Amino acid sequence: MQEDVERHATTADFFHGMAEVPIIRIEPSQGWVSLSLRELWEYRELLYFLTWRDIKVRYKQTVMGAAWAIIQPFFTMVVFSVFFGKLAGISSDGIPYPIFSYAALVPWSFFSRGLTEASNSLVGGANLLKKVYFPRLAMPVATVLSGIVDFLLAFVVLLGMMFFYGIMPTINALWLPLFLLLAWTTALGTGLWLSAMNVQFRDVRYTVPFLAQFWMYATPIAYPSSLIENPLLRTLYGINPMTGVVEGFRWALLGTDTAPGPVIIVSSLAALVLLVGGAFYFRRMEKTFADVV
Amino acid sequence: MNTIAVRVQNLGKRYYIGQKQVKYRTLRDTLADAFAAPFRRVGKLLRGQATGAAELDATIWALRDVSFEVERGEVVGLIGRNGAGKSTLLKVLSRITEPTEGYAEIRGRVGSLLEVGTGFHQELTGRENIYLNGAILGMRRAEIDGKFDEIVDFAEVEKFIDTPVKHYSSGMRLRLGFAVAAHLEPEILLIDEVLAVGDAAFQKKCLNKMQDVGQQGRTVLFVSHNMPAITRLCPRTILLDGGRVLEDGPSYQVVGTYLSTGLGTTADREWPELQRSPGDSVVRLRAVRVRTEDGQVAEAADIREPVGLEMVFDVLRPGYMLMPYYDVFNQEGVKVFAAVDQDPDWRGRPRPAGRYVSTAWIPGNLLAEGMLFVAAAMRTSERKFRRFHEREVVAFQVIDTLEGDSARGDFAGRLSGAVRPLLEWRTQYTPDGNKLDDAYE
Repeated sequence: MQEDVERHATTADFFHGMAEVPIIRIEPSQGWVSLSLRELWEYRELLYFLTWRDIKVRYKQTVMGAAWAIIQPFFTMVVFSVFFGKLAGISSDGIPYPIFSYAALVPWSFFSRGLTEASNSLVGGANLLKKVYFPRLAMPVATVLSGIVDFLLAFVVLLGMMFFYGIMPTINALWLPLFLLLAWTTALGTGLWLSAMNVQFRDVRYTVPFLAQFWMYATPIAYPSSLIENPLLRTLYGINPMTGVVEGFRWALLGTDTAPGPVIIVSSLAALVLLVGGAFYFRRMEKTFADVV
Repeated sequence: MNTIAVRVQNLGKRYYIGQKQVKYRTLRDTLADAFAAPFRRVGKLLRGQATGAAELDATIWALRDVSFEVERGEVVGLIGRNGAGKSTLLKVLSRITEPTEGYAEIRGRVGSLLEVGTGFHQELTGRENIYLNGAILGMRRAEIDGKFDEIVDFAEVEKFIDTPVKHYSSGMRLRLGFAVAAHLEPEILLIDEVLAVGDAAFQKKCLNKMQDVGQQGRTVLFVSHNMPAITRLCPRTILLDGGRVLEDGPSYQVVGTYLSTGLGTTADREWPELQRSPGDSVVRLRAVRVRTEDGQVAEAADIREPVGLEMVFDVLRPGYMLMPYYDVFNQEGVKVFAAVDQDPDWRGRPRPAGRYVSTAWIPGNLLAEGMLFVAAAMRTSERKFRRFHEREVVAFQVIDTLEGDSARGDFAGRLSGAVRPLLEWRTQYTPDGNKLDDAYE
């Protein structure tokens, strides 16, 4: 019966040359649903405007403005350099400790901010959820995308530091966009899980800062992954996708010899699992968003 | 060619009451519940109470078995009491929330307007918000570019277009929001009570704009409590009650049912609790009633008989000169007249505290037949200040008999006009027409 209706409709449309009239069927969904990425693509302008809004609004009514994008990773680097680099004397793969840690903190800041804000994106945009329809995926996606501006600002400082320390980027720097994509994927993947859970359980809001902190120490930012000597274990370390990102950044920019090949593969797989799983979980929970948030 | 724009088939939406009332739960609550629930269930079983999913999880059906079809180009009103399911229906049709059962089929691009200015950001300028809001409502960027000037013009905010919206007055924000929405061009437009706000002049502008929308052959579903607006804008109306379709038909008929079944405005409205009654610290409205000459509260009145509009109000702070007044609207939303208290005993006299019952008598043979909606209001003369203004506080029906002694005479067909005064007709008759000139000599 259902199919009959639809088939009839398409034939009619074909004969009357109005195939562009979309037919939307609204019915209860059961269990897992498709991602509808095509629809997300159709809403790309909204995605653009949401991202643009996040960027425009971020540093409004702040004194320091966009400087905040630099201050945070930079001062973390200073603190790390003093305590871990100088006092604790942690090895930095033969590279000056400040740039060793800063090269990791730049993608890390991008990740942790994206993660935090994506987790709150649905709850923060509750009013939108309740009043207008659009593919809900657009909200966390736009939030994580908007972080790229901050990333670029912090990255310029990174280039300045490299110049200061006389480090020339290698040809491997061409891989950087891929490592950034990996960080983005990880942030979005985690953000999808957490944002959907946050709608139901506000506990998530309190968990995220803790999770981000925990995750930072589980990522080789203040220390090199070469501390782990067993190569198999080091590869497994890549299950934390940020390990791949951080080591990738160092390898591409600073020329550390911890060639991240196998780690990157493991990290990419892990990130992909996180993203795909997150997207499906998100879509499954989506139907309850407007009722619960 | 299929001309059905919206087909709704046995649509149902169930809410878990817990979900609706408790905004959100903490994980701890859920875990505690998960632990306790089985024990509770066992306890209930032991006590011999019924169990089963329905018993354990209290749910309500905001919509149930709702079926209807809307043709392309039709403008349909949705009415019903609060909680009747109107807004839920719009939410389901605009895909904000999923139905629990049944389905709806929509042919064409849908624009839904459940709120004015959805997604406005305080920090962004008017210009930026037009783009953002437009994108949120589903407009393409090129489309917004093309209509930008028109939108700004409609909203009357040219001067402030590059000022952050946070510096706008609430009226300006509203106008801007509506201006964007009014320029949406979807094939199907879903509108929730968005006109319930804003100043009267702008409201009128919006209603006119919506009328244009209807005439452009667009399909519109329009939720409102404003019966005159409904009858004016929508030829057809669907009445919802308790989540079900109670009646679906020509607006004047459905609105009539709504009002006469006591679902909506009736001829008798009271506010038993002082604190909740309309008004302020000076005066509060306690009741409005429609009465016939014999003192009965009446939903319907004979066109030949006078109708009394009774307003009961309490003066709480003495010393004000009060002017109670009524606005009376007909089914088409036309204001038939306004009338201010003329009682010589109280005109221009400050009133002591106490209860007042003011009745205004509308003479017989003045109103046209049909439904009339009364707004009761109070001003104080010293300052041009409205103490309360309750729209559609009561309604009543005027019935024209066919006995031949009303203004319709012996004409039995449809007679239009906002009023139907019984005029004095005089006839001069001359048996021989040729001698007409002589007769006047």
